[in-house]
Amino acid sequence: MPEQFIWGIEVFLNGLMTGVLYSLVALGFVLIFKASGIFNFAQGVMALFAALTLVGIMEGQVPFSHLINATFGTEIHHFGWHVPAWLAIILTMGVMVLLAWLVNKLIFQHLVNQPPIILFMAAIGLAYFLEGLGDMMWGADIKELDVGLPQGINTTIDEVTYNLFGYGFFIDNLDLWATGIAAVLVAALVIFAQYSKHGRAMRAVADDHQAALSVGISLKFIWIMVWSLAGFVALVAGIMWGTKSGVQFSLSLIALKALPVLMLGGFTSIPGAIVGGLIIGVGEKLFEFIVGPLVGGATENWFAYVLALIFLVFRPQGLFGEKIIERV
Amino acid sequence: MKLKLLTAAAAALMAAAPALAELKIVDTSYRTGPYAANGIPFSDGYQDYFTLLNERDGGIGGEKINLVECETGYNTEKGVECYESTKGGGSLVYQPLSTGITYQLIPKASADGIPLHTMGYGRTSAKNGEVFEWVFNYPANYWDGASHAITHILNENDGDISGKSIALVYHNSAYGKEPIRTLEKLGEKHGYDLTLLPVDHPGQEQKSQWLQIRRERPDYVIMWGWGVMNQVAIQEAVNIRYPMENFIGIWWSGSENDVKAAGADADGYKALTFHNLGDDYPVYDDIQEYVVETGKAAGAGDQIGSVLYNRGMYAAMLAAEAIKTAQEMHDTSNITPEQMRDGMENLVMTEEKMAALGLPNFGPEFEVTCANHGGDGMGAVSQWNAEAGEFELITDYYQSDQEIIQELIKEDSMAYAEENDIELRCE
Repeated sequence: MPEQFIWGIEVFLNGLMTGVLYSLVALGFVLIFKASGIFNFAQGVMALFAALTLVGIMEGQVPFSHLINATFGTEIHHFGWHVPAWLAIILTMGVMVLLAWLVNKLIFQHLVNQPPIILFMAAIGLAYFLEGLGDMMWGADIKELDVGLPQGINTTIDEVTYNLFGYGFFIDNLDLWATGIAAVLVAALVIFAQYSKHGRAMRAVADDHQAALSVGISLKFIWIMVWSLAGFVALVAGIMWGTKSGVQFSLSLIALKALPVLMLGGFTSIPGAIVGGLIIGVGEKLFEFIVGPLVGGATENWFAYVLALIFLVFRPQGLFGEKIIERV
Repeated sequence: MKLKLLTAAAAALMAAAPALAELKIVDTSYRTGPYAANGIPFSDGYQDYFTLLNERDGGIGGEKINLVECETGYNTEKGVECYESTKGGGSLVYQPLSTGITYQLIPKASADGIPLHTMGYGRTSAKNGEVFEWVFNYPANYWDGASHAITHILNENDGDISGKSIALVYHNSAYGKEPIRTLEKLGEKHGYDLTLLPVDHPGQEQKSQWLQIRRERPDYVIMWGWGVMNQVAIQEAVNIRYPMENFIGIWWSGSENDVKAAGADADGYKALTFHNLGDDYPVYDDIQEYVVETGKAAGAGDQIGSVLYNRGMYAAMLAAEAIKTAQEMHDTSNITPEQMRDGMENLVMTEEKMAALGLPNFGPEFEVTCANHGGDGMGAVSQWNAEAGEFELITDYYQSDQEIIQELIKEDSMAYAEENDIELRCE
């Protein structure tokens, strides 16, 4: 097989893996938009906040220690214990549920029936608030995150492909784990939405708030539940991206990678977020591989948004989004 | 009536109070946002050094330093706002700590008559003092850095790198593109092949670039990154098992933050530097005694001795030495921004002077002149020792290829002078 073709397969596979990571971020957007019509601008910051909290708990860091020390002249930074990753993940999830409750209680409960632009503005405000809160709670330094996920080349795939093609493929172990976790996550979300009582209630709220209210579904509960789920997805995304680059404030910028995925897959579809992520991931990597060298490279962001734009023109609701026709 | 009395009292008080002579220094820092992890240690070092001078020496030449901090968030618009809101009251010098902010401030500061010091960043051709009267970039600039990396590779290969392949992984921005021309020119001279691999901002996703490096296996990789791009690049290099000792980052890709995520696997990674590292200097004992222990440190005191803390402190030390030079030149302790510019233009850093400051062998010796605002282009290479958890200097300071760099600087600065109708000085 020609060398370029074999390399192309490697790029394709890596694109799929990268796409899964994009999908993880996009999923959080979809969950909240589907249930409440809010384009949650804060989803990237939620991933950052969740990852910061996770590392903070794991390392036994005292939250707000800088503020406490500056106010009281103390010198406390750590509790002196280390929490195992599994327990820290559970505790972080608890924090994310509390955050979901607070966000609804203090912000979105007061904005029911407001136009989408108001909800969007509130989400922007929330993003900035959360970023500042994360800074105050855990500090701005870069934190190593190790929950035990392996990183680096998968030697089995390397050897097998070398024997087959005379060239060993590079697949990152972390990406393989991310793919597995994302698959389980999506399956669990779909099963939850289709077969559980609260899942069906969530879909009812997504379809029609008024009708859901009239049959006794609590909007408050559903919204808190959905924000908690989005918090969980943010935690998973934060773990994956944070393991790669360390937990740092630029983690919030991963939201930029989710936007074209949403445009392509649709804002209301969980499978759409996954398929959209895979298309964007594979598309941008192959485009960079084939066209990049001809135009000086760095085409990935450009390609992702141009592809999303093309989809917007021909299919505004995205691949799996619901087409809404409002008649006068 | 009461209001009138109060107003009169306030006016009398203001008239009676002696004019507070002080040296105003603005620290345009970024302690928030995506780059805060790098901004904090630099700012801590910058402020702690001036605090030390105030606490230990009573300021500089008897004048206390009035340090004003302004948060830019590494955002160009905010940086310009900081400049505009603080430039009054005799601000002596600005260190924008961002190439984007620097480009915006060059015409403003030149018009306002306030010097800029862009140490190791900003507009490289500002080294030409004939054109850029108010801008200084000593002791080294980006083009020096590109040359330092190539010189290091030359030294490792007995002076012959013809036929070698070098890849430049760079942030796809004006900053990241800075070394390209120099590397191309040096490539023509030394006969190596250069591959350019731009990375989109912010650099969290670099799979394509590192797959290409894995396929092509360049002999060396040079990196021009910032923020998260550095951590991801080093992690990806580890993932593809690229030899770390052949991976060289610019000084903005060479702090402890950059190697943290990759952990022990980053051992051997190299980075350029224009100052020394670690905390084994007498001045740190003073900082501990007069600043940290008295609770006057800018931060938590946990950054002391880190690469970026040292860089911030070095920037402050150079500013303080320029102030002293200006005070001596103009025979006044309360200098103006114009006099500060004179001090910067006549700054001479010798080993003797640095040793007396408690910083022996901390930076290269250099001299600033009217025509040369960039020093002598000296730099060195550091290497990450994962076991010790620190970068270590592994070479002496050596000079960049002045033959090529001076030509490029002249070309770029003269074009700027022509565009902006600037009359050459230092004749």
